[in-house]
Amino acid sequence: MVADASRGLRARLQGLLRTSAFQLTLFYTGLFICSAALLTMFFYWSTIGLLVRETDATLQAEVNGLAEQYGEHGLQRLVQVIVHRLENDRSGSMLYLFATRDNQPLAGNLLAWPQTAAKADGWVEFVHHRPDGRDVPARARVYWLQDGLHLLVGRNVEQLEQLKSIFNRALLLGVGVIMVLATIGGLIMSNRLLQRVATLTAATGDIMAGHLDRRLALDGSGDEFDVLSGRVNAMLDRLEALLATVRHVSDNVAHDLRTPLTRLRNRLELAARGAPDALRAELEASVEDADRLLATFASLLRIARIESGSYAAEFEALDLATLLQDANELYADLAQDQDLVLHAAADGPAPVRGDRNLLFQAMTNLIDNALKHAPPRSTVEVTVRRDGAFVVFDVRDRGPGIPEEARERVTQRFTRLDQSRSLPGSGLGLSLVKAVAELHGGALAFGDNAPGLVAALSLPAADAQ
Amino acid sequence: MHLLVVEDDRDTREFIQNGLLQAGHTVDVAADGRSGLLLATTEQFDLVVLDRMLPQVDGLTVLRTLRASGNRVPVLLLSALGEVDQRVSGLRAGADDYLVKPFAFSELEARIEALARRSVPEGPVTVLKVGDLEMDLMARVVKRGGNEIELQPREFRLLEFLMRHAGQVVTRTMLLEHVWDYHFDPQTNVIDVHVSRLRAKIDRGFEQPLLHTVRGAGYRLAADAGAHGR
Repeated sequence: MVADASRGLRARLQGLLRTSAFQLTLFYTGLFICSAALLTMFFYWSTIGLLVRETDATLQAEVNGLAEQYGEHGLQRLVQVIVHRLENDRSGSMLYLFATRDNQPLAGNLLAWPQTAAKADGWVEFVHHRPDGRDVPARARVYWLQDGLHLLVGRNVEQLEQLKSIFNRALLLGVGVIMVLATIGGLIMSNRLLQRVATLTAATGDIMAGHLDRRLALDGSGDEFDVLSGRVNAMLDRLEALLATVRHVSDNVAHDLRTPLTRLRNRLELAARGAPDALRAELEASVEDADRLLATFASLLRIARIESGSYAAEFEALDLATLLQDANELYADLAQDQDLVLHAAADGPAPVRGDRNLLFQAMTNLIDNALKHAPPRSTVEVTVRRDGAFVVFDVRDRGPGIPEEARERVTQRFTRLDQSRSLPGSGLGLSLVKAVAELHGGALAFGDNAPGLVAALSLPAADAQ
Repeated sequence: MHLLVVEDDRDTREFIQNGLLQAGHTVDVAADGRSGLLLATTEQFDLVVLDRMLPQVDGLTVLRTLRASGNRVPVLLLSALGEVDQRVSGLRAGADDYLVKPFAFSELEARIEALARRSVPEGPVTVLKVGDLEMDLMARVVKRGGNEIELQPREFRLLEFLMRHAGQVVTRTMLLEHVWDYHFDPQTNVIDVHVSRLRAKIDRGFEQPLLHTVRGAGYRLAADAGAHGR
């Protein structure tokens, strides 16, 4: 269970990561981080960088000034200036050291020359041990005078360093927050997208399964999904109309051919009456052929009329169990002649509202179908049972059954599976059953009788709430 | 028989007329409701074949007018294909039978025969006889040549219907409607099975068969096989 759940979650996550929305989110997150980095760099350069540059410029100017003093007025003057400067430095952040060749301090507030060697450009960064015992970062400019004397002008850069680290922390935190938010946002967006795609997939699957009247749901937001769904719906409307046209063509052919075919049939019949024996047999056989064709046309038209709602069905209160009994009585002998047993059972009264003749036609079509496909010496079970708010008429045979993928197809007009091509029939029987079921607000479903077929005609029970 | 055909479509009218004339009936025709009604009220007919959709006065009005004036002539109503199924309203208006166009002539003929014969008062018949086949409706006993034949209830009703229409062709549709009381199209000839079971019971072992199959039409119960010129 747990493993299943985690596998399901992983599959779902993988699905999310694969969505274009998530990939797009990742791309934008990267782009955003880059631009944020550029912005931060500019911000850094114009704030902390400015402070650093100003500090450096101050130190450079100071060291230059002191060197000038030394050059013009000599050592004594330099010492005086340094002392004077230190006295006036209220911030206490300036660091001075004037030392001899062997690093003996001549003046300044640094006790010793820093351990860290200065770089070639004369700048040095070191740790300054303050008299109060605190170590602070410092930055200084070193200047070499004549006679090995050297001068250092520095500054306590503790605040600057603090500022830098605050800045860095803020930067790291910012990037982290952006990435987390982007990932969450991406997941949410992808999930929404996936859900909408899942809805669309379910709907289109339904449509492909034969429910051509289904449409994709529009949420009225007018977004690209809505627009796309709208277009798909329009396409389906067109497709449905085309299919209806195709169906109408066959219905119209049946309608238009019925009258002339009947006339032909009737002429043959009348001609047969006065004909010599040999000719009469031929004519009578032709009449029977025509009757079969006319029966097919009649079925086709009846289905069309039921489906279009123009069949004026006479709804009345009926007991499906009684109809079952009648159907059983009508077909039992036929079954027996085919070496089959027709067994009927009802688990009590099954009240429905419906057209007696249409329902009887539907039931007998299913029985007929089962008897055609049942193997010799097998039993065809017909039952009427209650199933919640429905009354279900089941027909179970032990024949070859209908493969699952063909179950939707067999109720379409003229569909005949390979296994039944050799059997008599028009391929309209099940179409009619389905049309009758739907007219009554019911359904026709097929299942596996293992082996064989179970056809279930369910109708709303008349006494259900 | 003297028949009236009220039908506005010329082809259908002439076809029915010719067929019925060939079958030995006298046929009057009318092409619209008004002249049809006039003929039906002024002359004596054994049966009227009445189209439902007629110019001037429609079939149902003709029928209601006839019935309102106390005319009980058997009426077979015809209805065009594509109209909604109004069988029941047709029968309520006073029609004795109902046929949807296009129809097989044999179906029309069989129904005409059945209706026309029915108009002969049946009286309190208690025994039906066809040849040496006897049915006692009171005792519900069937005998042939004096020997009793065991019949299932449905077989009894089937035989009763056939005997009441002895000598006439009855179609499978008529049997379904009257013996089983359902209007539907069986996918297989399930009626044939019942008829052959009945035939086995009443004809087996007898020189003279009584129950005949009429190809392309239906069945006929009669002592003389060759009637109807077939």
